[in-house]
Amino acid sequence: MGTLGFILEAAEGERSWRLAEYVKRGGYDALKKIFSEKIPADQVVGELKKSSLRGRGGAGFPTGLKWSFMPRQFPGAKYVVCNSDEGEPGTFKDRDILRWNPHMVIEGMIIAGYAMGCQRGYNYIHGEIWDIYKRFEEALVEARAANLLGNNILGSDFSFELQAHHGYGAYICGEETALLESIEGKKGQPRFKPPFPASYGLYGKPTTINNTETFASVPYIINEGGDRFLELGKPNNGGTKLFSVSGHVNRPGNFEVPMGTPFKDLLEMAGGMRGGRKLKAVIPGGSSAPVLPADVIMECTLDYDSIAKAGSMLGSGAVIVMDETTCMVKALERLSYFYFEESCGQCTPCREGTGWLYRVVHRIEHGEGRPEDLDLLNSVTDNIMGRTICALGDAASMPVKSFIKHFGAEFEYHIQNKKCLVPEDVQRAGSGFFKVS
Amino acid sequence: MLEIEIDGKTTEVADGSTVMDAAHKLGIFVPHFCYHKKLSIAANCRMCLVQVEKAPKPLPACATPVTNGMKVFTHSESAVKAQKGVMEFLLINHPLDCPICDQGGECQLQDLSVGYGQSASRYQEEKRVVVNKNLGPLIATDMTRCIHCTRCVRFTQEIAGWMELGQAFRGEHSEIMPFIEKTVDSELSGNVIDLCPVGALTSKPFRFAARTWELSRRKSVSPHDGLGANLIVQVKHDKVLRVLPLDNEHVNECWLSDKDRYSYEALNSDARLTKPMLKQCGEWREVDWQTALEFIGTDLKRVVRDHGAASVGALASPHATLEELYLLQKFVRGAGSDSIDCRLRQTDFSLDGKNVVPWLGMPVADIQQLDRVLVIGSFLRKDHPLLAQRLRQAAKKFTRVSLLHAADDDQLIALHAKSVVAPSALAAELAGIVKAATEAKGAAVDAALANVQPSVAARQIAESLVSGENAAIFLGNYAQQLAQSATLHALAQQLAAITGARFGYLGEAANSVGGYIAKAVPGAQGLNAARMLSEPRKAYFVLHAEPELDCANPHQAMAALKGADLVVAMTPFKTRAIDYAHVILPIAPFTETSGTFINTEGRVQSFNAVVKPLDETRPAWKVLRVLGNLLGLAGFEQDSSEAVRTEALGGKPEFVSERLNNRAEGPAIDLTAAVPALQRIADVPIYFADALVRRAPSLQKTRDAAPPAARMNAATLAKLGLNAGMQVKVSSGGTAILTAQLDDGLPDGCVRVAAGHELTAGLGALQGEITVERA
Amino acid sequence: MLSQESRQQIDREIAKYPAEQKQSAVMAALAIVQMEQGWLSTEAIEAVADHLGMAPVAVYEVASFYNMYDLAPVGKYKITVCTNLPCALSGGVHAADYLKQKLGVGFNETTPDGRFTLKEGECMGACGDAPVMLVNNVRMCSFMQPEQIDSLLGECK
Repeated sequence: MGTLGFILEAAEGERSWRLAEYVKRGGYDALKKIFSEKIPADQVVGELKKSSLRGRGGAGFPTGLKWSFMPRQFPGAKYVVCNSDEGEPGTFKDRDILRWNPHMVIEGMIIAGYAMGCQRGYNYIHGEIWDIYKRFEEALVEARAANLLGNNILGSDFSFELQAHHGYGAYICGEETALLESIEGKKGQPRFKPPFPASYGLYGKPTTINNTETFASVPYIINEGGDRFLELGKPNNGGTKLFSVSGHVNRPGNFEVPMGTPFKDLLEMAGGMRGGRKLKAVIPGGSSAPVLPADVIMECTLDYDSIAKAGSMLGSGAVIVMDETTCMVKALERLSYFYFEESCGQCTPCREGTGWLYRVVHRIEHGEGRPEDLDLLNSVTDNIMGRTICALGDAASMPVKSFIKHFGAEFEYHIQNKKCLVPEDVQRAGSGFFKVS
Repeated sequence: MLEIEIDGKTTEVADGSTVMDAAHKLGIFVPHFCYHKKLSIAANCRMCLVQVEKAPKPLPACATPVTNGMKVFTHSESAVKAQKGVMEFLLINHPLDCPICDQGGECQLQDLSVGYGQSASRYQEEKRVVVNKNLGPLIATDMTRCIHCTRCVRFTQEIAGWMELGQAFRGEHSEIMPFIEKTVDSELSGNVIDLCPVGALTSKPFRFAARTWELSRRKSVSPHDGLGANLIVQVKHDKVLRVLPLDNEHVNECWLSDKDRYSYEALNSDARLTKPMLKQCGEWREVDWQTALEFIGTDLKRVVRDHGAASVGALASPHATLEELYLLQKFVRGAGSDSIDCRLRQTDFSLDGKNVVPWLGMPVADIQQLDRVLVIGSFLRKDHPLLAQRLRQAAKKFTRVSLLHAADDDQLIALHAKSVVAPSALAAELAGIVKAATEAKGAAVDAALANVQPSVAARQIAESLVSGENAAIFLGNYAQQLAQSATLHALAQQLAAITGARFGYLGEAANSVGGYIAKAVPGAQGLNAARMLSEPRKAYFVLHAEPELDCANPHQAMAALKGADLVVAMTPFKTRAIDYAHVILPIAPFTETSGTFINTEGRVQSFNAVVKPLDETRPAWKVLRVLGNLLGLAGFEQDSSEAVRTEALGGKPEFVSERLNNRAEGPAIDLTAAVPALQRIADVPIYFADALVRRAPSLQKTRDAAPPAARMNAATLAKLGLNAGMQVKVSSGGTAILTAQLDDGLPDGCVRVAAGHELTAGLGALQGEITVERA
Repeated sequence: MLSQESRQQIDREIAKYPAEQKQSAVMAALAIVQMEQGWLSTEAIEAVADHLGMAPVAVYEVASFYNMYDLAPVGKYKITVCTNLPCALSGGVHAADYLKQKLGVGFNETTPDGRFTLKEGECMGACGDAPVMLVNNVRMCSFMQPEQIDSLLGECK
């Protein structure tokens, strides 16, 4: 396990996911503070705005602003939804948050419900992490028994019910409107926006959706204040953030570090490059983020602005590290296959285009590339990007574009020589079984 | 109002309008596939991407709301680049099989690819192949051609009311399909063919019959239910090959029911009668028209001479044209009889002479403005597919639709309340609604209702009607056929008066209203349809009707006809008239004659022949005119059907609504209904309802055309010691051997046995006592 | 078609949602039925549709969209191996190859004795634990080196 911040410190304790342990760590103090000090909803949202907390799911939208979009005076049902459908390759932080600290997410959601006047919430949990889903359901039982959920929470006049909903194998449900469709018992096909969920969300009612880590950050902000949270990170990039480091490192795992931490520090925390090999490339924000070559990423700090300036995205904070044994064509082929498999099939450019991209990359990887293929790939991505209902089209395109941009020579080598620049056995050795130290 | 500029032209549109709406208003075409004015917005094809000022990327016109001052460019470089990009994606997996595709020539993808496609494909990989699906006898599939616009899926969900098609799997593997092994059984299913922008869903009966450019398009009117859907009949070499909807927002919108669409198959079938037939010395032989008509003239004179003119009667189908009905009654009355009727399944005629000319009571298009509706006695969805569709849409918005009926068939309408009771209890249940509504209004309760105890459902329905501001009460076909129909009328009329609701009839047939206007109903001296058969006549003229299938008591009808001296059957088909008639005349179906139907809202819809009469077939109005002349009757000089129409209507009105009237003065309320131990409920299934649909081969292969069974609920089956699946002997008047079937939507003590089918044509009355025993 | 216990479990799921939103329980209902019956037969899907008041094809859309549902019978143990890029960089493909060799089947195949079905999975959100695999959709196995794979196969009787 990596460095610990206020979210992952829980991982240290015995049975840390239980309510009693959470309370010992100061859990639900934020909620109690709101009730005892009668902090008005506006002020909660204000504190969030002050904190500069930005959505931890990938888009980085300011959370306080998002909460302020909810029509507080709207009569009737309103919903708060947590997105724990973590399926972006490279991302595995929410699983750890829910594994060790489910009550922190619950507390964050209750506070969100209070701040936005919602009566009901759902946490949509990735279907593959079934044990985590079950654990979350147990935490809900504990919370209900302790009157932290239900009617008149802790004697206040605020009532809130929270339920867990599991996914069952569809990456697209991480997209917030696909997730809403999925809760409604349909295929996870994203909705066209506008209308946005804040006006037409779950069951057509105003709804706010945030990532697990975002909700987990809320109690701290209420307890310590927005300013304090902001100070943990850097301006416009408040707080600490979990980074999931995977790939060719010695100690893959989650690391909760302040925003703005230099990338090379994170790499060190992850035990450095496996086998002491040379860093080749990093995808810094989950598989959809453009890949960055070693020299570029080594100069970056880990915050939304720095990574954006370098031409990629901080995204969900999933850092995929690739060393010199990596064949970039094969790496892209696997990612392209993923988007091809996970396209929901609703809109034309993505349904038809992701398969086209995959097939061309597959052809290049298998020695059947043509000289015009790289131009073709770029042109097809141009026709997908910005033309689809949701961001999956862009997500499928950005790896293709960035891999060709930064590693075009390797692709050309493949096309000309009908084989890989990196010998097959070197690749296999680099990506073989290895023990976590 | 919001101001918007598209391609330099400005207009104002209402709040909530989309860019597509505004483009339509300006007459600017934005290419599209998934968008359809009657369906929810999917925004999935992306063909309608347009450039919007200040937007960083192109936006779909169909789903983008107009904002004030918006500037849109549909043909700018960025818009066209986006549209061409989408077109390329749509084509990469689309087969290049236009030469063998039925959609060729009327394919939106083909048309748009001319403007937005490339001449060669950059896609060199293997193309997708999708297994075809069996959607039933009406819709052919070629699913590899599908572009996943989901119009068909949305149609089944939103318009037809039950999701029979879905998009299964995901991504490139997505497939439009019904549930495993299921077909599309909706009575509106054929509309998905019109909606499909490519050749994935095409008409099975029409398959490979012609190219669209070889077909002449001619307007016509559907001869089936009371709506009078507007048709485009497509013709090649004087043969009807296909029927499509003609958009008419006031009538059928852009839809057709499957019977409107596919009944044309009967016109081209072997079942057509093509020569006059005369029975002489017990033998049928083909004769020329002259011989046949002279025989009729001579024989009719003989009957009138021997038995008096009152011994002549005429039974006409309400699917006959206004002109035919008018000349038939004129002929019969000219011969001295007042006995003519086109209300063949009606049994209660006590409203006759009370000035009632039943009709919808309002324009069809007003249905969507109603906030409360009560439908009484109706197999709504199958009797009136498109009126039911309007009610379905209304119920999704703010209309509370309730149903009082004898069977709990799923109407696929979100009903507010319903009450399902035995036929004999319908009047009492309606009386309960009237009483509850009266009490709710604090008015004095009619003495006839003193002992009525409203049921829970009756109170719920009454409350809904009372709380409405724009309510309507409709009597369905079934209510019109019941022995207590006048009582139902009286109660409904009272309920309407109490609640301020409008009161109307759902017209059973294409010319149910036209029959009254043509005076094809008995006068004071004449007999109605039921009495003409219960008090047998010596001579019958039967126009377009099949009495064994169309009458209220088939058994009795056949006995009366078989006992007559002269039966003249006028029909386009080889019917069972050979068993009872003496002369059979091949007359034109609606496609081979000009004519007029007056629909249930009083709309006068005239049409021309779309093809020449088949072989020796002649339009019935001409035949009747010649017969009139043969008998030397006055007033048979009309030289065109228009002349007949003008005479019948006294002019050329577009509507006859002001001549229609549902209000009767004080019809008696009689709640004393006999309750037999076991009573029959007879529906007239959608594809048994008239001569045309009965002979349309593809319709006859649908699930709705399944042969009649003896349907009962579990309690009734148990009480009779029967099990579902057993062969049973059903008796009422005559007998029929049927299969017992479980139908838990039926009241206790009822057996549902469909009418209109050969299997049940031997039975007696469609209602009242019936017995069922093990065969 | 649905056991009493399945019905009860499904009804508990239905209770999580507003009364008029029974359809929301469809994913859980299909998972419950699949756990009990091993896969989702046509009859099972129809039973779920009936229980939730949904059109069968709407349930089928859901069952065919989410890839953890099995629309055809699978072995007693369905092992899904993640081979996505982060896992592949740390032995995911090797783990899959090892399983193929040990079981003598490829992806989407079942061993002749009906015990194992092997599937290729997409990201399970556990990339730090690579290689990872999922047994019967509910048991996540982390850091699956050859010896761990051996002992997992040994446990699956």
